Amino acid sequence: MKPYLSIEMLTQRFLDGKGGDLTVFENATFGVEKGEFVVILGHSGCGKSTIMNILAGLADPTSGVVIMDGQEVKGPSLDRGVVFQNYSLLPWLTTLKNVTFGVKARHPDWTKAQVEEHATKFLAMVGLEGDVIHRKPSQLSGGMRQRVSIARAFANHPKLLLLDEPFGALDALTRGTIQDELLKIWGQMEQTVFMITHDIDEAILLADRIILMTNGPQARVAESVEITIPRPRNRTEIVEHPNYYAIRNHLVQFLGKRSKELAGQPTESGQTNTPETIRIDVTKTSDDPKDTRHALKAVNS
Amino acid sequence: MYNLSLNQRAALLSVVMLVVGLLIWEAAIPAQKAVGELTEYERLTGAGAPKAGVPPPSQVIAKAWEQLSNPFYDAGPNDKGIGIQIGYSIYRVLTGYILAAIIAIPFGFLIGMSQVAYKACNPFIQVLRPISPLAWMPLALFIIGDSEASAIFVIFICSIWPMLINTAFGVAAVREDWVNVARTHELGPIKTAFTVILPAAAPTIVTGMRISIGIAWLVIVAAEMLVGGTGIGYYVWNEWNNLDLTSVVFSILMIGVVGMLLDAMFGLLQRRVTYAE
Repeated sequence: MKPYLSIEMLTQRFLDGKGGDLTVFENATFGVEKGEFVVILGHSGCGKSTIMNILAGLADPTSGVVIMDGQEVKGPSLDRGVVFQNYSLLPWLTTLKNVTFGVKARHPDWTKAQVEEHATKFLAMVGLEGDVIHRKPSQLSGGMRQRVSIARAFANHPKLLLLDEPFGALDALTRGTIQDELLKIWGQMEQTVFMITHDIDEAILLADRIILMTNGPQARVAESVEITIPRPRNRTEIVEHPNYYAIRNHLVQFLGKRSKELAGQPTESGQTNTPETIRIDVTKTSDDPKDTRHALKAVNS
Repeated sequence: MYNLSLNQRAALLSVVMLVVGLLIWEAAIPAQKAVGELTEYERLTGAGAPKAGVPPPSQVIAKAWEQLSNPFYDAGPNDKGIGIQIGYSIYRVLTGYILAAIIAIPFGFLIGMSQVAYKACNPFIQVLRPISPLAWMPLALFIIGDSEASAIFVIFICSIWPMLINTAFGVAAVREDWVNVARTHELGPIKTAFTVILPAAAPTIVTGMRISIGIAWLVIVAAEMLVGGTGIGYYVWNEWNNLDLTSVVFSILMIGVVGMLLDAMFGLLQRRVTYAE
């Protein structure tokens, strides 16, 4: 049984400008289940954004396929919504018009009133109501702009939502608020999400599973870490959960040390590069000795 | 004085500069003596005949009042009201300009979309652009064979370049993120062109249109001096032949006013399409 979104033997090479090839990643293979929130974590240059662009259909891989819901991904589609880091709002349109732009593309048969009602509803879900929705993006703060971008993406009910470092340009306080908004709206919609971030705490708060990549070039999709903290989660409460620091330490160790050690190992041709599943759960150490090993490794190393 | 807003103070200063300027001008023109004040010798040697000279502002204002109170009279080929003359000029400018826009904007759009086309067309544009539009006049007169159409052609050829270059540049410089937004929303090429690229490039395109209309208005005066018959350029030259410098000064001012109005129209358009990022 294939996962809902299946990334198979994905390879990306670029010309390095000296007549040779630069392999960004090779034979990367992993899946995302329907309704799952998956975060990909890794240093700059490991090819996260390349994977994201391939999933969005904005770039083509050198080889390999992406299959979503039984169909091969070819070119951009309304089924895969994207929230870009720099918001990508159209500055000559008002906030509301930026959202209706997407809704109209998704539902060309709807009346103007239906389109506006739908857009207004989703803007309200991210906390934008009243006069604000008739302002141009240049009159909004960075946080508000990203909210508009998120509303535009969710309003289209894509089968897969791609978030490309959506909060990277925001200050820490604003980031926290919008993470909460995102969790709330995601909880209501059962949306499948694939997200890139640099922020470990953000990844733990939001994700069902974190995919760790080693440094590039020849980056590997090394581990798939399950976040064993029950939902609904809340920024102030998850830090109290016993698994929180166990997972966090594991991630910090990986990004700080092992992402370098594991890097640059070429995948043998024909061999898939599949992440090792890691489950850290210190609340159930007695049940499964395998878990204990990982938990201890994470805490002690 | 200090309670006035910036604009009010600037307007006040403008008025002061105007009044002082006019006074200096008026004072600088030596007054002609009235016939009664002349000595008999002066009268006999013809000093009483009106002399051509740069008119004082009072005369220009009187002329303006006279002309503008009846701008559309038509008393034969050499005596038409200023309104008719300006009307002819505007007609020629707009015809040539609109023809240029119809070709330059879509064509500029296409070359802006493709880097190959942009680079391929660039050498031709760079050679053709600096040619003085009046240099085309002999060729136009020979090929077209009609002075009216040749004047329009000259306007066409001078206004096409800024619009073409600005449109191509504006389209080529549209941020890739916005094009990606269109792509992820599955917009087709035509829809992308109209809903994303056109509004994104509109400020640059309108800037090109504004430069073009300014150049077209500069060129029409010279073109009409050459082709003759009607128009504000012909009017200036005709009044010079009549040695009516008051009319010359008056028409120079009118050329300025009309040029300013044309520019202001595009200024308004520009403000409508400009967006802040």
